[in-house]
Amino acid sequence: MDMRASSLRRVVAAALLALAALVPSLPARAMAPEAVRALAFGDNDAKIAALGTLVAADDPQAVPFLQALADGEVQTAGESQVLIVKGAAATDALTGASVSPLPEARDDVVINNRVRRVVAGAIAALKLAASDRAIRLAAVKALQGGADEEMLPAVKKALAKETDPEIRGLLELTQATIQLSSPDRATRVAAIRALAESNDPSTKTLLLGLLERKGDAWAEADAEIRAEAEKSLRSVEGRLAAGEMAGRIFSGLSLGSILLLAALGLAITYGLMGVINMAHGELIMVGAYATYVVQNLVRSHFPGAFDWYLLAALPAAFVAAALTGMLMERTVIRFLYGRPLETLLATWGLSLILIQAMRTIFGAQNVQVENPVWMSGGITVFANAVLPYSRIVIIGFAAAVLALVWLLLTRTRLGLFVRGVTQNRPMASALGVPTGRVDTLAFGLGSGIAGLAGCALSQIGNVGPDLGQSYIVDSFMVVVLGGVGQLAGTIYAALGLGIANKFLEAWSGAVLAKIAVLVFIIVFIQKRPQGLFALKGRMAEA
Amino acid sequence: MQRRIFMKRLVLSAALATAGLTATVPVLAADTIKVGILHSLSGTMAISETVLKDTALMAIDEINAKGGVLGKKLEPVVVDPASNWPLFAEKARQLITQDKVAVVFGCWTSVSRKSVLPVFEELNGLLFYPVQYEGEELSKNVFYTGAAPNQQAIPAVEYLMSKEGGGAKRFVLLGTDYVYPRTTNKILRAFLKSKGVKDTDIDEKYTPFGHSDYQTIVADVKKFAAGGKTAVISTINGDSNVPFYKELGNQGLKATDVPVVAFSVGEEELRGVDTKPLVGHLAAWNYFMSLKNPANDGFKKQWADYAKAKKLPGADKPLTNDPMEATYIGIMMWKQAVEKAKSTDTNKVIAAMAGQTFKGPSGFTAKMDEKNHHLHKPVFIGEVQANGQFNVVWKTPGPVRAQPWSPFIEGNDKKKDEPEKK
Repeated sequence: MDMRASSLRRVVAAALLALAALVPSLPARAMAPEAVRALAFGDNDAKIAALGTLVAADDPQAVPFLQALADGEVQTAGESQVLIVKGAAATDALTGASVSPLPEARDDVVINNRVRRVVAGAIAALKLAASDRAIRLAAVKALQGGADEEMLPAVKKALAKETDPEIRGLLELTQATIQLSSPDRATRVAAIRALAESNDPSTKTLLLGLLERKGDAWAEADAEIRAEAEKSLRSVEGRLAAGEMAGRIFSGLSLGSILLLAALGLAITYGLMGVINMAHGELIMVGAYATYVVQNLVRSHFPGAFDWYLLAALPAAFVAAALTGMLMERTVIRFLYGRPLETLLATWGLSLILIQAMRTIFGAQNVQVENPVWMSGGITVFANAVLPYSRIVIIGFAAAVLALVWLLLTRTRLGLFVRGVTQNRPMASALGVPTGRVDTLAFGLGSGIAGLAGCALSQIGNVGPDLGQSYIVDSFMVVVLGGVGQLAGTIYAALGLGIANKFLEAWSGAVLAKIAVLVFIIVFIQKRPQGLFALKGRMAEA
Repeated sequence: MQRRIFMKRLVLSAALATAGLTATVPVLAADTIKVGILHSLSGTMAISETVLKDTALMAIDEINAKGGVLGKKLEPVVVDPASNWPLFAEKARQLITQDKVAVVFGCWTSVSRKSVLPVFEELNGLLFYPVQYEGEELSKNVFYTGAAPNQQAIPAVEYLMSKEGGGAKRFVLLGTDYVYPRTTNKILRAFLKSKGVKDTDIDEKYTPFGHSDYQTIVADVKKFAAGGKTAVISTINGDSNVPFYKELGNQGLKATDVPVVAFSVGEEELRGVDTKPLVGHLAAWNYFMSLKNPANDGFKKQWADYAKAKKLPGADKPLTNDPMEATYIGIMMWKQAVEKAKSTDTNKVIAAMAGQTFKGPSGFTAKMDEKNHHLHKPVFIGEVQANGQFNVVWKTPGPVRAQPWSPFIEGNDKKKDEPEKK
């Protein structure tokens, strides 16, 4: 229908498109009714054919309708009526008139992955001519690797008009992926050469397809073109490998930061104070439940501030875990200083009590802690390496907690006392340090940090009464490996274990990686019982 | 001497007391029939199994409201094996020997079922197992109301390979490390080979129970997917699914690029997961909450009312799923069989179970096979929607007979399609 469209209509269409991008609910008026009906009533093959005609017609007015289709907002009523239904409001997809009251008998127009993929491609292709640069960029990114032959005219047209170098580059790549199957040899070679610049994993798929053998014949008969394809493939693979490495190091760092958070509290209670606290994991769990409670309170009392509930949850988690820890210290642990075996048994008992208490209060099932919206999704640094926001936040958070602990231990009076008491208790006492109170406060600090870890962990894992059990072994592993009594050792051990675990996992699978790390630690501790960083001098004998 | 006389008296009175007790037992038993419920209510499997306990209680309430079975009320005995496999066996023994239950409804993971199996066979108990599983088992003491591989896994993979399903050429078989995923993947590997898929195009991966860091796995899937159209077949079980799907969403692995089909993820497991980034990922089951038919409408309403009345967690958003349906069908069929046999005696009930039919919420009439202790069930494949429900994109025309001994495992052609008689 566009073939005969007047230039005036094109101008109107362009203006409408800009509007459409802002107001996605704007109904499409001028789409071919047969295409709309085919999309609403036809089977999947008919739907895909109709999408092809819409893209070939390059009619941007179809975008709102297609978006509604992708969002599952298109319904049919009767034999021919097609509706876009948003909440209680409905518009007729063909006439654009609002429909009320809604017809009683309506059927959802349901699409599957195959159609959804084509719909997404069609929307992107139709948005290529948008005036807003951000929309164009998003559209061309969405087209990477998902372009079909029908889109070639749209891509070419966009390429002719495009001035932005980044979008041009991506458009050229998209054009090349379509032209890979061009019957013209020169076009094909040019396309393959252009694709060498791609860093998208789907390009690899396309190039690999050329190098495939089908029975006796090659998918690409021309040996020269195959050589070109191989060259481009190597270049793409090189770039993909970089992204892969970046992703792997990031996931190692992320695991390391989680281990660090979990172990940092233990580095104080066990590392500095020498208390074998088997209930450490349960203090993490207390922090996670505190987060859950705060989340519920914020949701019921300040629903508008829900996205920022974590800010309130952090102090709550710290205080809840610290109070629990101090209570444990005052009532049980302080009578057992210097008796490691009894401490171990007593704290293990305490951990069971805490787990059962949570089961009684919150139930045995996992509770739901939701991510704030700003923690969903991620940054794409390479086409094949996406860094999720939640993990970036946790890495930053771990660093912040670490800095605070370090400042507290080295720059404050309490830190001085803690160090003094751990280094030489009788001497510190003789100099007037209230050792009993310092013990309680230090234990509270370690516990509070465990609570902070729980708050962070609630964002990426499950929150249930058994949460702590899965972290207690890891925490002890980190502290023992790092060297008891050393904060720096804990950091190196956590990051080292995190990265080692992730590289091993990629190579041997998650189950074996876990076993390998444990074996490594057993061997390491046999060779070097004092851990990575040993205390030196007289303190070592104490 | 004195002491011996005292001892004698003690023994005598104890014996008398027991005699008195045994005499009263039949009277007590006449009032109710005890029914055991053996589902994890804590630990990693609680996310999936807790609702099955409630479903069983709801079905028992329904039966009791209609007068019970053989004129007696059913009395549920609920125990919590806490996702601890050896504890399952202990609790099963306790249910049969101490509580003297007539039948047990329970288990989710295959490792828990394998753990209780010797107990049921030794004590001649009766177990109804409501979850899809890997097959390779047939016991006269167990009725399997979930799917065998040919009623779930194989049709799902066939769909993924079809044009509608995206025409996948490479497969990642991802599972929790225990008997169900390992066996299912063995069957699927053999099946894929029979379809001409090369070993290099299959990547098998396992994670421990309760695994929560899926960064590497998702990154590896992306890498593998660059080698050709890829689909992921997930047999991850329990609460690990939550971090797995969160990671999928965060890393932007879309269903249109790499669809993930899961065999252990239903409406309940996705509760609390933001499903908007997951739209289009798949699950294969014999029932979905979204099915439209009068039987399902009734089932959903019954569950919603029950959840609200009992103030169950999540009652504000009541969800039904496949294992709940299978639990429900199992209990109803057991009731029919007891009424047919006019007894709760294990052997008589087993005989009466053969050929029982029940019109289930799936909208089809499920039939207990005359021989192999498995149900004839329809197969549905659904895509996740933004609201956490599944939208059926493919289904079988009617119920499918189960093949507990998958033809894709060597030597199974010689195995009998019915349990050994003892």
